[in-house]
This record gives sequence, structure tokens and C-alpha cells, in this order.
Amino acid sequence: MSTTDRPVATRPSAVVPEIEVDPGAFRHLADAQMNVELDTGDMVLNLGPQHPATHGTLRLVVRLDGERVLAADPVIGYMHRGYEKLTEYRPYPQIITLINRIDWLSSFANEVPFVHAAERLMGIEAPPRAVYIRTILTELSRIATFILFLGEMGLQVGAMTPAFFGFRDREHVLNVIEGATGGRFHPNFNRVGGLKDDLPWGWIAECRRTMDIVFKSCDDFEDLLMGNEIFEARTRSIGIIPADVGTSYGVSGSNIRASGVDWDLRRDGDAYLAYRDVDFKVWTHPDGDSYARYWVRLQETRESARMVLQLLDAIPAGPIMAKVPRVIKVPEGECWVETENPLGQMGYYLVSKGSTGPFRTKIRSASFSNVSILPWLLQGVYIPDIITILASLYFILGDIDR
Amino acid sequence: MTHLLAVDIGWGWTLAIKTVVVLGLIPLGALILGYTFLLKMMSHMQSRLGPMDPGGFHGWFQLVGDGMKFLQKEDIMPEQADRRVFALAPAVVVISTFLIFVVIPTGPRLVVKDLDVGVFYALAVSSLSIIGVLMAGWASANKFALLGALRAAAQLIAYELPLLLAVVGVVVQAGTMNLNGIVTAQQNGAIFGWDGLGNPYILTQFVGFALFLVAAQAELTQTPFDMPVAESELVSGYMVEYTGFRFLFFFIGEFGTAFAFAALAATLVLGGWALPGVHGGTADLLGPLVLFVKLMAVAFLIFWVRFTYPRLREDQLQAMAWKYLIPIALANILVTGLFKVWL
Repeated sequence: MSTTDRPVATRPSAVVPEIEVDPGAFRHLADAQMNVELDTGDMVLNLGPQHPATHGTLRLVVRLDGERVLAADPVIGYMHRGYEKLTEYRPYPQIITLINRIDWLSSFANEVPFVHAAERLMGIEAPPRAVYIRTILTELSRIATFILFLGEMGLQVGAMTPAFFGFRDREHVLNVIEGATGGRFHPNFNRVGGLKDDLPWGWIAECRRTMDIVFKSCDDFEDLLMGNEIFEARTRSIGIIPADVGTSYGVSGSNIRASGVDWDLRRDGDAYLAYRDVDFKVWTHPDGDSYARYWVRLQETRESARMVLQLLDAIPAGPIMAKVPRVIKVPEGECWVETENPLGQMGYYLVSKGSTGPFRTKIRSASFSNVSILPWLLQGVYIPDIITILASLYFILGDIDR
Repeated sequence: MTHLLAVDIGWGWTLAIKTVVVLGLIPLGALILGYTFLLKMMSHMQSRLGPMDPGGFHGWFQLVGDGMKFLQKEDIMPEQADRRVFALAPAVVVISTFLIFVVIPTGPRLVVKDLDVGVFYALAVSSLSIIGVLMAGWASANKFALLGALRAAAQLIAYELPLLLAVVGVVVQAGTMNLNGIVTAQQNGAIFGWDGLGNPYILTQFVGFALFLVAAQAELTQTPFDMPVAESELVSGYMVEYTGFRFLFFFIGEFGTAFAFAALAATLVLGGWALPGVHGGTADLLGPLVLFVKLMAVAFLIFWVRFTYPRLREDQLQAMAWKYLIPIALANILVTGLFKVWL
């Protein structure tokens, strides 16, 4: 065939380099393969960034042999919003609004460590009433986050109904948060030195009533899912994180407590909020599998509701704002504050040069470390188990990418 | 006694009427199931507000709205898709659904084709839909679709056997594979000599009925066996690339098949169109209504399970089928055969 009368392919991607192949050269290979098992290629599957089970934009590059995972590689950063850099150009009151959006399901709990860091550098302390209200709202946001998890885990293993129950019951808790702060998701209620407002009239009684709904909701989820044979078959001994591996990857929060590590910053860390005044149990589970993570979060939801009831009984009277200057300037210094957030250990390393905003902020978010264990954890599981494991680790994309 | 349908109107008219009835019946059945169970029952069970709102009273307009949405969607075909196979696949799925209805009797004479091997035929053509599913999965040029289609094929092999074996008990007891014959046998039967109700086989073939429902659930790819669709894993599996009207075809296929299997189960173990003490022409008149009530009861069970349970994993499903369902079905056949011979 002549090459002169035909146009050369113009699209660069269509040009295939021609390789001269001697048909006889690989015959011995073909003969060898006749005697072995049929050779099947691996398949690379992109789970995400637009996948319903990844809570946003996590991308998992999964190498598959049939349905079995040979290797999984999480690719993060699709939601990077540069919060650490943004904090360097804003005064402290504006940053509180900003960091609300890191873990958007439990925004109030995000604000607390940052405000604490600023207060510690300034050498002021919030009044006791403000501390108690902060504690209550932190626990309420933990309850809201976990109730959603309890339902959503059902959805990820294929049961649609619990997910709707989760959204329905969370709404009651969000209503209570909105009643106190004015915002369902992003309260922006903390101030350096205290809180924006006091609690509205009748709120405490309303909060008590809502805790009854929370207890009932937990019972519902226990009935719906934990006793279900299919749910157990899908979660028991799936995605086991041994305690030593988990700690070496920096897994924290309920995930590591489900592996039997008895570690909770509310009890074991530096004293913060009013946790020293509350009597609560740190729940652990020895198994470390997806079922254990679900179980631990279920117990922690109940425990948080009990803590809220205790705190509501003991809430002191008094001011909600300490004496702070009109323009907040944090003196020169550095400090590290870590708290037990719903998703795990949340920490802020704050460096101040004495101006109205921080010089540098380092945000240690729980989900980033929790997700980093995925390549180790996903080896050898099946595709459906990926979804179960992702759901049971419970990460928020904003918390990974920041 | 002159039969109500004994008037001879010629084969041409008969065929035309039958065609219109079948063509109208299946989409209508699918819509009825979709409306009653998918929209209303599910909304009640899951505290959903959306489907209860449109149109005012009880959200009656929701289904119309959904249908209109499907009609105006753009028909997208992936660039890499095998175009002809891609376009043909939904039709194959729907055709298999249509074929089941050919043998389901809705009255002593109200049946499109009274085949002697009715049960066998119905179960055989119902498994044709898997070809459509495989075609859809392969032609979509999408890895999720391919995984879904392969899961569907594996699931079919595992579940076709229990489905057939579960029915064998009924066939042995009735002594015929003709669906009308099975209904008549139930109508004329007696429970320990008392023939007030006939003898619906659900009393004697309860194990077979349960097995049939489990296997039908897998055949219909409904939760807990919806791995080929698996919204949270494979993002709708083999249907992932389909939009608009083609997707609607899959939807009609899914719910039409659910309608057909519910009708089949109602015919096999609940007495089908038969009502105690109703014979002849009246049975032809009342038959469709009676069958509809019975099949809705069966469909309620199917959808109740669908909205309640989580999803099994593919290997767990295989283990369940081969280790439990097939041995139980075989034992059921054995026991039924022994009773048939000695009693």
C-alpha cells in the first residue's frame, strides 16, 4: 500500500508508534502459557472523586483482580481550600467563621481548639458558664455527627431506611444547636474569651427533651442494624485495624478506641472545657473491625447524651464573656492545643507575632490520618468491603483536605 | 351453561385484544408497583417527605412527574459504547418481562397462551433478561457497568437453580406444569377433607414458597441481593450509563418482572384467580381482580424486605445459595414426593 495518497493521521493522540514484531519471537512464551492458568489482567478502577460512597471528593485508585483489591491508593486534595494559608491574612474573629468549614458536620467542635489556642496565648480564660455552654454544644455537635454516621453506615451496606432515620433524627439535634447559636451547620458562636450570646429562654428544657429523642434514636439503630445477620456478615472481621498499626498510622478518635486503645483526649489530654467535671465512660472494643467502630460510635452517642444531661444540670450562672480588648491582639508566642473531636484528634499549632491575626497556623485534622491507613487496610478485600470500610472510618473530605 | 367468553370473534380479533391487553398490562403493572410500594410504602417506612408532597393529596402527582422527567431527559450514549448493543439491551430486558405474562392465567379462559409447560416456560424466559443486563454492562464501556453485569451473571447462575427447584414441589403436588391446571388443582383440593377453601399450596408448600421468594428477590436484583445494581458501591451497576427513556425501560423491566413474579407466586401457592365458590363465567370476570389482590400481597412481602435489609456480598450470596437454599429445596422435593406417593 502506498503512503503518498493517504493523509497522515493529524490528531497526536491517534498516532500509534509502529513496532516491528517478529511473530515467532514470542512463541516460546505462548507455549509456556498454554500450561499455566489463563492469564487475566488487573483492572484499575477509579472510585471517586465523584462516587457516592466517598462523602465528597476522595478518589481511590484501586487495582482489582476480579472483585479483589490488590492495591488501593487514596488521592486527596480535590477539596483543598488552603485554610492554613488563609488564616495568615485574617484577624481572629474572621478565622472562627473560616475554620467552621473544615469538618462541616461538627463545626462547633472545630472552633473550640482554635479559640482555646488564642485564649491560652492571651492568658485569658472564658467564664465558667461559657465553658459549660461550649461543652454542651461540642457534645451536641458530636451527637449530630454520630447520628448521621449511624444511619449512613446502613446506607453504605445497602439498607436505605436507616439513612433517612439518621437524617430525620439529626434534625432534632440541629434544631437545638440552631436554637442556641442561630446556625444549623456553621454556628460561628465562639469568640476569643467567651461566647457570642447567652442561651435563650427555655432552651435547657428543649435540650433535655431532645436527648430523649437521641436515646430513642440510638435504640432504633441498635434494633435495625446491630442485630441484623446481614449487617454482621458485612461488617464483622472486615477492615480490622490492629492497635499497634492504627497508632503508628496516627488513627485517632473512635476508630482507635474500636481497636481497643483506651485513649480519649477528653479524659487523657490537657484539661479543656468542662470535661473534668463530668462523669463519663470511655468506650472501647477489642475487635477493631467495622462492626466495632459502629458499636463504639453508638455507645459514644449515648454517652454524649448522658454528658449533656449532666452538664445541663450543673450549668453555672454568670457572664458569658471575659474581659477582652476591643481589637484582639495575641501576644508573641506559640502554642499547641488538641481536642477530641467527633472524627478524632483535632489540633491547632498557632504561632503569633503579636498582630491581629496568626503568623502561622498548622491544623492537625483527624480524617487525614484516619484515611492514611487505607492503602494498608484495603489490601485483599472485596469491592463491597471498600465501601464498608470507608463508611466505618467515617471521614469528612473537608477535614482531610482542609 | 353458555360461557361468557364463548362467543367466537375470530383469531385475528382475539390476537389483537390479547396483544393490547398484554402491552398495556405490563407497563401498568410496573407503574402500580412503583407507585404503591416504591413511592408510598417506602415514603411511609423511611419518613420521606419528598414523594408525599407533589400534587397535594398524598403526593399523587409524583409518579407523573417522574415519568415526565424521564421523557424530557437527553438520550446520552457514551462515546466508546457499542452503539447497537447498547441500544438493544433495554429492549431485551423488557421483552423477557413481556414473555412471562404470556402464560399467567387471570381466569379459567383468560390467558394469552395456555401452555402445558407453563411454569417451565415462565421461569425460562424470565432468565432471558440476564442477556440484556450483560449486553448493557458490556456495551456501556464502563468499568462499574461491567462489574455490575458480571455480578448479575454470577447471581443468575446461583439463583436460577433454587428458583426452579422451589417450584418443583408445587408441580409435583399438582401433577401438572400447566399454570391453569395448578390453579384448578388448588381450587378443587381439600384440606383434610374440608373443601371450603380448596387447598392453597401455601399450606403444604410453605418452604417452597419461602425459597421462591428468596430466589425471586435475587432474580429481581432487589435488596438484600441487589449487588448488580448496588447504588452505594457500583453506582447503579449496569444501568450507570443509561439515561432518559432507555433507563425508563430498565425501570419498567424491573418492576414489570416484580409484578410477574408476584403473579406467578400468587398463582402457584395462593390459588391464582380462584375464589372459593366462584366458577365459570363469574370466575373469568372476577379472576383478574382476585389475582391482583393476591399478587399485591406477595409484592408487599418482596418490597418490605427490599426496604428493610442491608445488602449481602456477592460471595456470601453464592455461599447462601449453594449451601442452604439448594439443599433445602431438594429436601422439599423429596418430602413432597414421598407424601405424593404414599398419601
